[in-house]
Amino acid sequence: MLSKKQLFTRGMLDISPHMLSVIPFGIICGAIGVELGFNPYLVYAMSFIIFGGASQIVFLQLLSGGASSLVAVTSVGIINSRHLLYGAVLSEYLDKLSLIKKLLISYVIVDQGFAESNKFFKKNRSEEYLHYHLIGTGCTMWVCWQIATLSGIILGSFVPEELGLKFAIPLTFIAIVVQDLKKIDHVIVMITCGLSSLLFFDAPFKSYIIISPFIALFVAWLLLRLKK
Amino acid sequence: MTLVSIIFAGLLTYFTRMTMVALISRDMLGDKVKAVLEYVPSAVFPAIIFPGIFINDFGTFIEMNDPKIFGALVAVIVGYFSKNIIATILAGLVSYWFLIFVIFS
Repeated sequence: MLSKKQLFTRGMLDISPHMLSVIPFGIICGAIGVELGFNPYLVYAMSFIIFGGASQIVFLQLLSGGASSLVAVTSVGIINSRHLLYGAVLSEYLDKLSLIKKLLISYVIVDQGFAESNKFFKKNRSEEYLHYHLIGTGCTMWVCWQIATLSGIILGSFVPEELGLKFAIPLTFIAIVVQDLKKIDHVIVMITCGLSSLLFFDAPFKSYIIISPFIALFVAWLLLRLKK
Repeated sequence: MTLVSIIFAGLLTYFTRMTMVALISRDMLGDKVKAVLEYVPSAVFPAIIFPGIFINDFGTFIEMNDPKIFGALVAVIVGYFSKNIIATILAGLVSYWFLIFVIFS
């Protein structure tokens, strides 16, 4: 049985490789906000209040492009609605916690943290303090994101644009799913999701990000029925 | 951009994170739903990966000889065999840089 501290540390270690892509992306995110002419304090407030990488960039770009606040806020909500799926998966492991703990932990649930903690949870179901792993991944992400976006806001885009570091984001997610390429059912679900996301890319409010997972999960459901 | 709009966007985002964790208990999900939820990572992350590779900053499709496609393929191969996150990201970036700075420059 691992202690709370050991689980927290394990979470930190499991998510830290992803900082290789998260930190440059955070710097770019902060720098874009200032470049687009927004108040630096408000650009930073987003990292604290919204705390969601891609959605923050979309929010800034929509507003600077003249979209209404309602459109920008709706888009952020839709882009981040994928967390509903993460929550549904994690709920099984967080079931025993008190409501207040659930409410606090929820603030730090992010893509990479969900991915790494979910992998850990599946292998270590019996651990008593499992949620400390999720707190470890989430807090590491939170601290790095605050520092990265702040440095981007203060120092500007000191990461050269020619390096194309935004490309590190799809790479970080490739690293997360790549081992599941061994399973044919997962490959089918991934390709369904990927192709749907390209097909629906122009759907309003960036809704491709939630439409394609639902199409892919429907395919997963079909595959499960076929297996029987 | 006002603080109020940021707060609304933040509240909405927080609700997406919190709702399922707070409302769902173990017994509410049947075995079938749980089996489908096993696929969540495979069903969500390609929606971040594919547009990140195949669609450029202007929202249009890239050419089929774009360096990003090559970089992504290298990342998949290195990731598959190394099982290492840092190696996967670096392999993708370095092969991408090699193409744009050495070959295509």
